[in-house]
Amino acid sequence: MIEDRNAATAQGRPTLLDVDAVKMVYSSAHRTVEALGGVRFTVGDGEFVCIVGPSGAGKTTLLKCISGLLRPTGGTVRLEGTEVKAPPQAMALVFQDYARSLFPWMTVEANVELPLKQAGMARRQRRDLISSALADVGLTDVGSAYPWQLSGGMQQRVAIARAIAYRPRILVMDEPFAAVDAQTRADLEDLVRDLWHKLGVTVLFVTHDIDEAIYLGERVLALSASPTVVMDDIAIDLPDARDQIGTRSLSRFGELRKELYGQIQRARHTSG
Amino acid sequence: MRGAMFVQAYGDAARGLIGLAVFAAVLELLPRIGVVSHVYFPPISAIVVALVHEAGRAAFWVSLFLTLRSWAVGLAIAVIAGTGVGLFIGSFETLRRLTASTIELLRPIPSVALIPLVVLLYGSTIRSTLVLVVYASVWQVLIQVLYGVQDVDPVARQTAVSFRFGRWGQLRHVVWPTTLPYLMTGIRLAAAVALILTITSELIIGAPGLGKQIALAQSGGAVATMYAYVLVTGLIGVAVNLVARVLERRVMHWHPSVRPSMHRARTP
Repeated sequence: MIEDRNAATAQGRPTLLDVDAVKMVYSSAHRTVEALGGVRFTVGDGEFVCIVGPSGAGKTTLLKCISGLLRPTGGTVRLEGTEVKAPPQAMALVFQDYARSLFPWMTVEANVELPLKQAGMARRQRRDLISSALADVGLTDVGSAYPWQLSGGMQQRVAIARAIAYRPRILVMDEPFAAVDAQTRADLEDLVRDLWHKLGVTVLFVTHDIDEAIYLGERVLALSASPTVVMDDIAIDLPDARDQIGTRSLSRFGELRKELYGQIQRARHTSG
Repeated sequence: MRGAMFVQAYGDAARGLIGLAVFAAVLELLPRIGVVSHVYFPPISAIVVALVHEAGRAAFWVSLFLTLRSWAVGLAIAVIAGTGVGLFIGSFETLRRLTASTIELLRPIPSVALIPLVVLLYGSTIRSTLVLVVYASVWQVLIQVLYGVQDVDPVARQTAVSFRFGRWGQLRHVVWPTTLPYLMTGIRLAAAVALILTITSELIIGAPGLGKQIALAQSGGAVATMYAYVLVTGLIGVAVNLVARVLERRVMHWHPSVRPSMHRARTP
């Protein structure tokens, strides 16, 4: 496991995110539940890392700990060398449930603008960031619409625009495309890859879909069932230029898929 | 679709007017054919004549103004206090639990039960009216605001926290917009209750206003005039409700219960 960590960060990139033995134990009067059993991995600056795990693997709990929404009961999370105790400025989240994450009482533009306003940014700079973020996600003409007037895929694009306008160093996405149809999902996957290339932002992408993880990531971390640990850390040695048909039909894609699938199956069966 | 809705709304309005006209005709007819005594139950035409006559007197307009003023001032105090206290209590789970039993105890006390107390304190003045109006209507607002604060979507809140919104930012941009639809309901209910208590107070305590005019007309044997004033209070009630509904739709244009259904609306 330790060697895996070194191999994974050996791509010549300095560590951006360091998740060190993060534990989460929920205890009530009647029982204690160990959700995270010491999760340990690092993400290099500029990397695209996917996390896959069976449902109930504590993916959301892990993300909450990483993003400072929840304090772990053990271990530490460091971003740019500083311990994460509250949501850091250098991180932006994209939630699965875009309809609830976007504020329905605000227009698309106002939704993208609000975090910048809260950060005390000048109006002019906000205007620039909003228009470039909306352009980056392919939504130039819906700024004055309300989120609920848009399709699901477009709403998630708005949430992504809001996140990148915030100019994070790391974009954390929690199963962002689980609720959209297959074609929209493929489009959004390619959008995220493009944004990653274009903006040079680090991406931590959580999904339950093995194919999606392999298609998107440079590295895939496989989680065990709870108490969750990182079981495997696989470098995705596919060509950098990816496309939905070509990449997915490569024989290497199939091999990686088989390997990860086996891991996830074992995770499911070895746990209590 | 829009056309069909328009026709339906138009049809509803037309049917409503026809119903009213029939009702008025019955009211006109019953005393005239002697089913009810026209001394206590004058025909509607006599009431309208009395109303037109009253409308020519300054006392009518002064009473109307005083009633509306008591109502508006009382309602405003109730809304501001109910909203402020509701947002504050609702923001702290422990405080909410601590105060819930007290609120449930105080809320059912009918405001009119306080009449002897306010008479002792303030006599037949607008202050008496205001105490009764505020006490009756503040609960409507407070309870709704407490529900609203409870209803904040956890994902929306996490989003705000993840983007480092402060306490004020969360209150202003997440809690407040979520609570607003509830508050509007509270205001609509409070407005109706406030009107009832305003008239009650004027009628019983004798604070100046339409309620006092009803009592004066009754004691002076001007039955048609008394009905005319009753009619006016009813019309105010209708107007208040209409205004509240328009305001509600305007403020909540984004809300699933109001917005046009482009995609499936979520219930709040």
